[in-house]
Amino acid sequence: MGKRSFNKTPMREQAPEVRQHNFKEVALGYNMEEGQLEAARCLQCKDAPCITHCPVMIDIPGFIRQIKLGNMAEASKILSRYTNLPAICGRVCPQEKQCEMVCRLGRSKKFEPVAIGKLERLVADWELDQPTDVTDVPKDKGKVAVIGAGPSGLTVAGDLAKIGYDVTIYEALQAPGGVLTYGIPEFRLPKRIVRKEIEQITEQGVKIETDAVVGKTITMDEIMHDFDACYIGVGAGTPNFLGIPGTNLNGVYSSSEYLTRINLMHGYEFPKYDTPVQQSKHVVVIGGGNVAMDSARSARRLGADTVTVIYRRSSEELPARVEEYQHSVQEGIQYSWLTNPVEYLSDEDGNLKGVKCIKMKLGEPDDSGRRRPEPIPGSEFTIKADTAIEAIGQGPNKVLLDTFPELNKNKWGYIDADEQTCATSVPGVFAGGDIVTGAATVILAMGAGKIAAKEIDQYVKSHHSMATV
Amino acid sequence: MYKITERTVLSEREIEFWIIAPRVAAKAQPGQFVILQVDQFGERIPLTVCETDEASGQIRVIFQVIGKSTAELKHLNAGDELQDVVGPLGKPTEIKNYGTVLVVGGGVGIAVLYPVIRGLKQAGNHVITILGAKTKDLVILREECAMYSDELILVTDDGSLGQKGLVTDAMKAVFAREEINQAWAIGPGIMMRYCTDVATKAEVPIYVSLNPIMIDGTGMCGCCRVLVNDQIKFACVDGPEFLGDQVDWDGFIQRMHQYHPEEEEAYQAYQEKQVQLNG
Repeated sequence: MGKRSFNKTPMREQAPEVRQHNFKEVALGYNMEEGQLEAARCLQCKDAPCITHCPVMIDIPGFIRQIKLGNMAEASKILSRYTNLPAICGRVCPQEKQCEMVCRLGRSKKFEPVAIGKLERLVADWELDQPTDVTDVPKDKGKVAVIGAGPSGLTVAGDLAKIGYDVTIYEALQAPGGVLTYGIPEFRLPKRIVRKEIEQITEQGVKIETDAVVGKTITMDEIMHDFDACYIGVGAGTPNFLGIPGTNLNGVYSSSEYLTRINLMHGYEFPKYDTPVQQSKHVVVIGGGNVAMDSARSARRLGADTVTVIYRRSSEELPARVEEYQHSVQEGIQYSWLTNPVEYLSDEDGNLKGVKCIKMKLGEPDDSGRRRPEPIPGSEFTIKADTAIEAIGQGPNKVLLDTFPELNKNKWGYIDADEQTCATSVPGVFAGGDIVTGAATVILAMGAGKIAAKEIDQYVKSHHSMATV
Repeated sequence: MYKITERTVLSEREIEFWIIAPRVAAKAQPGQFVILQVDQFGERIPLTVCETDEASGQIRVIFQVIGKSTAELKHLNAGDELQDVVGPLGKPTEIKNYGTVLVVGGGVGIAVLYPVIRGLKQAGNHVITILGAKTKDLVILREECAMYSDELILVTDDGSLGQKGLVTDAMKAVFAREEINQAWAIGPGIMMRYCTDVATKAEVPIYVSLNPIMIDGTGMCGCCRVLVNDQIKFACVDGPEFLGDQVDWDGFIQRMHQYHPEEEEAYQAYQEKQVQLNG
């Protein structure tokens, strides 16, 4: 084995000038040779810090060692002990803020950290092409309902099915996956991968009932009556609007609507698919998170001439993943830092024709420790736009919560659940993911799911033993 | 999958289905709707639950052929299946005993109004119903509405049935002759707006049932947002019924036209394909 390369083994990508016109995956993945080269960079630390900084605590040196040896089946077996969605997490986790942030190799001056996410993806993609081998576990431990088929619900369901629970997931939309299906675009996370990874969970015996809106189609009373325990993982799916004048003009979208039309409803393939999405020339995206990046890059792919992201802070504070930001710049997305919208301007037919903005400056740090943006009086200017997409965050969806007042909520309206146990104020009802924390990451939602599965198992066991006493 | 058990042609453009959807049939109340999707290529469209039969697990929906998706629905027959039927969605109508109520329905809105009429009558109200349409053949559910109305007034634009004129003329006549405690208007946006004006002038509170563009119908996208009392409301979860005098009608009606070019493109492509396939 030669000397370790200073840099991560590069991953092949579609060229920016090509990919900005299609929805195909940007990052093409490692081949075996590239994977082994990258795996050889791992120092195989005994007390590996990468493990403790992974929300589901994957044995990272362990699976990487197996890649280096060429034992993909063994690497995959190690992954499956910790995660139900490795092909997804390998792609969308913010590794630079988790496992890769503390990689010892990356800590030494000249070296980049090991590309843990890309290696996870390599193993997971390999596994998806293998014939599945399911050991049929009898489902005799109890019945558990999971509400919401997003990453946390899928994790709870997968873990409980593996140890013998009869699990039913209720999903409001026509397809499972939550944000993986309607939110994150195809060019970052192919839906084929999402479908395959979910299939591996249903092959464990998990039932998924789509078109089931809990609170409307099925009540919480019915769920509590029919199951031994339940898990609420309905996410933070209600869009916030700034509420500035002109919000209801044609051409103003929430990112949730824009991305749902494109991803879930295949609006980018209109008219083959029936759901249209606006054909735009000049697009303004408001916000600086991953959802803003996804919206901007989608608008570009739909053929917009200009796409401008406006963010009220500076590039330093951008919450989006660095990789996604860089991808967006390569694709021609423009940025207007320290800028906030104040009004949407209308033409005579009620269509958006421009976004009136104001320049901001950074003042004293706020509660989050970031410097608070303040408007500079008299600095208003207008950006020409026929489409504006607000990606300023989401709140809790109240459809279920309004019908279940027994459940305690915090001051932001999210479910008040114990972070260590996912237990809520109602015995037997557990909750986790974005409906507890507010909008966060896929892997944190999965982490909550792992905890909840263990606690639900404990709860049902003790309940059953009590019942038999 | 959700099977269509019965298909009836009500008028040239209005079709009725009974669909097997037991969970919806068990829960739906007046004022609520479903979202349905024909197949994997389809869009999600909202339709009101007009009636339910809990024993057989069926729901009744009525739609008007106005574009690609509804044209495609029209070509389905008893025995065919729909990929998705989700519901019941939205808040139910505030059914209680108000005293004397005036309910006004226009066009395919009558299908939305009918369960409201039934609920109000069963709650003990004195129900005066006005049904309006362009012409005689488009006044649907006449007998059903009559069954739950103490008085039924029919109005057509061309005078081919009942009075000639607009539903607002008939409303004014009713307000002039007796005291009404609560009114409803359900139909095209422009009709609901004028009905609101008439009722507000007569100082009668009026509910309208808004039908904006929807995607998910569960409050997660805000496509169906409307300004009510200067606040952003989502019609799918906060409505679809609102007090008419609080609705920003200009904004609501404008947003209905958002996808006109795309809707026409899709409809035209579909019609051309039908001609190719069936001559």
